[in-house]
Amino acid sequence: MGRIVFFCSEAFRALRRSAAPSVAAIVTIVVTTLLLGVLVPVLRASESKASEVRDQIGLEVFLYRDATKAETDALQKELNGIPHVTEARFCSPECAKKQLAGELEGDLAGSISELNSNPLPPSFDLALDDPDNLESVRAALLPPNSSGKPTPISRAIDPPIGQDRENATKIREVTGAVKIVLLVIAALLLVASLLLVANTIRLSIYARRREVEVMRLVGATNWFIRWPFMIEGVVVGLAGAAIAVGILLLGKVTIVDPLADDFALVDNLSTMGFVPLVAMLVAAAVCVSALGSGITLRRFLRV
Amino acid sequence: MPPLLTRRSSRARRRQADDHRRSAPRPRRAPRPTGQPPIVEVRDATVVYPGGHVAIERLTTSIGRGEFAFVVGPTGCGKSTLIKLLIREIEPAAGTIWIAGKDINAMPHDRTPYLRRRIGTVFQDFKLLPNRTVYDNVAYALQVIGEPRSQIRRKAPEILRLVGLQAKIHSYPDELSGGEQQRVAIARAFVNHPPLLLADEPTGNLDPETSIGIMQLLYRINRTGTTVLVVTHDRDMVDKMRRRVIALEEGRLVRDEDASGYHDESTKEFAARMRAEMGVGPEGGTNGHSDFEH
Repeated sequence: MGRIVFFCSEAFRALRRSAAPSVAAIVTIVVTTLLLGVLVPVLRASESKASEVRDQIGLEVFLYRDATKAETDALQKELNGIPHVTEARFCSPECAKKQLAGELEGDLAGSISELNSNPLPPSFDLALDDPDNLESVRAALLPPNSSGKPTPISRAIDPPIGQDRENATKIREVTGAVKIVLLVIAALLLVASLLLVANTIRLSIYARRREVEVMRLVGATNWFIRWPFMIEGVVVGLAGAAIAVGILLLGKVTIVDPLADDFALVDNLSTMGFVPLVAMLVAAAVCVSALGSGITLRRFLRV
Repeated sequence: MPPLLTRRSSRARRRQADDHRRSAPRPRRAPRPTGQPPIVEVRDATVVYPGGHVAIERLTTSIGRGEFAFVVGPTGCGKSTLIKLLIREIEPAAGTIWIAGKDINAMPHDRTPYLRRRIGTVFQDFKLLPNRTVYDNVAYALQVIGEPRSQIRRKAPEILRLVGLQAKIHSYPDELSGGEQQRVAIARAFVNHPPLLLADEPTGNLDPETSIGIMQLLYRINRTGTTVLVVTHDRDMVDKMRRRVIALEEGRLVRDEDASGYHDESTKEFAARMRAEMGVGPEGGTNGHSDFEH
């Protein structure tokens, strides 16, 4: 017990006595925590948006209007058997009409109801496990016949299939690139902030290496020397994280929340809750700071 | 010293040391002498720094309990390396070092701090903790060994009175003169009453008068039964001390002679004789910094 008090008082003495390096370490942690606190939700939101767009890519198979019920049932079974197809949903002409009515806006919206007959064909909407498998599913639907010409697997299918595949490919490529770029940015940021914090801590300990040398000379064990530095690291990490979280909270209340009220867009993005975000940031700041101190000391503690 | 060797190089050095030991034909551990073992015993010690410089070569010597001995020699002769060897800051490439009968290089590394608590060390640059007061510097050595607060409150002022610094107990090291700082360092080294006190050029930064004061303090410590080993290049001072002198040159022992006849003089007689022989003006009293600083 007396030891713990002693270690804590040593840590606070060091913080008081070397105020400049301590403040530098705290400021570094505030800046990097803030950076992560803003960018992690933004990156997560962009990532989820990109995934959403990708997931909408599917394949529509149009049928002849005179396809019989038996033919469509048989075809549905066959479609479900194709690898990478997660769902084959039948859409009757009525369903297609309703869908179209839902997509149209303004003047055109009413025009659907003015139609005398329904010109839309029935279709199957195929959902895929991954948009990258679009081509292989398309190939499975159109196997080449004996003369090498692609032929639909069922008489009911009205070729061609997947006419808009150029668009699909573009979306696939763009969202894929966006995901990779976001991942790279996140990784770079994480590495940069870790290095920045580690370097600041290194500097503040390096400034006191003579002190560590003297402690070793009078017979202090490694943990006796290390504990005050670790406690100091925890205090610095906590202080930095607390300030950063305060600023983040201020930003959330004054900027993000009013925006979320006005625009559904900001609110709708599937990002992360404030509490888990704060918990993650505080834990990261404290761990990096305390472990940084402990590990940096190692090189001065060799006996 | 080899400043902040990287982890790898220190491991490589250890490996090198191991290889050296393995290839040595002689038995690894010589039979321990019977009876009370000498406080320091060095046998065939060789130190090779990374880069191949041989700092100490096959050095064999021993220092008995209660002795006051000097190690002399020109710069680079291996004097400071010997001190580092004795507190296990470096490992010998070959040979064995016993402190109070224990082979210090055979004990596990996490025991090294406990070895250092039994050896007081004093350096030319004092090595005080700059952000602590005189009292806290001395108290730190007691805190390290887990001494209770009540004991620290009793022992620290007592030892500071012994070195004549009771008036400067709350000063910081940079507010003290060189001689005073060295007294703090000696107080810190001696507060645990270690059986062995090593001093590496303790008077190297001090003027002759202050140096005599420091030597007198070391002599007083020696009279309490502590073995004192002083490393210095000040041949002149050593000659006048009339104590055992171990001379090194290029890492080898070149002379080891004991001047007897002066071992029983009192601290006062010692100081008076030193002043006379070194041509420093006579001064009364032997206690308190005022004798030396003004």
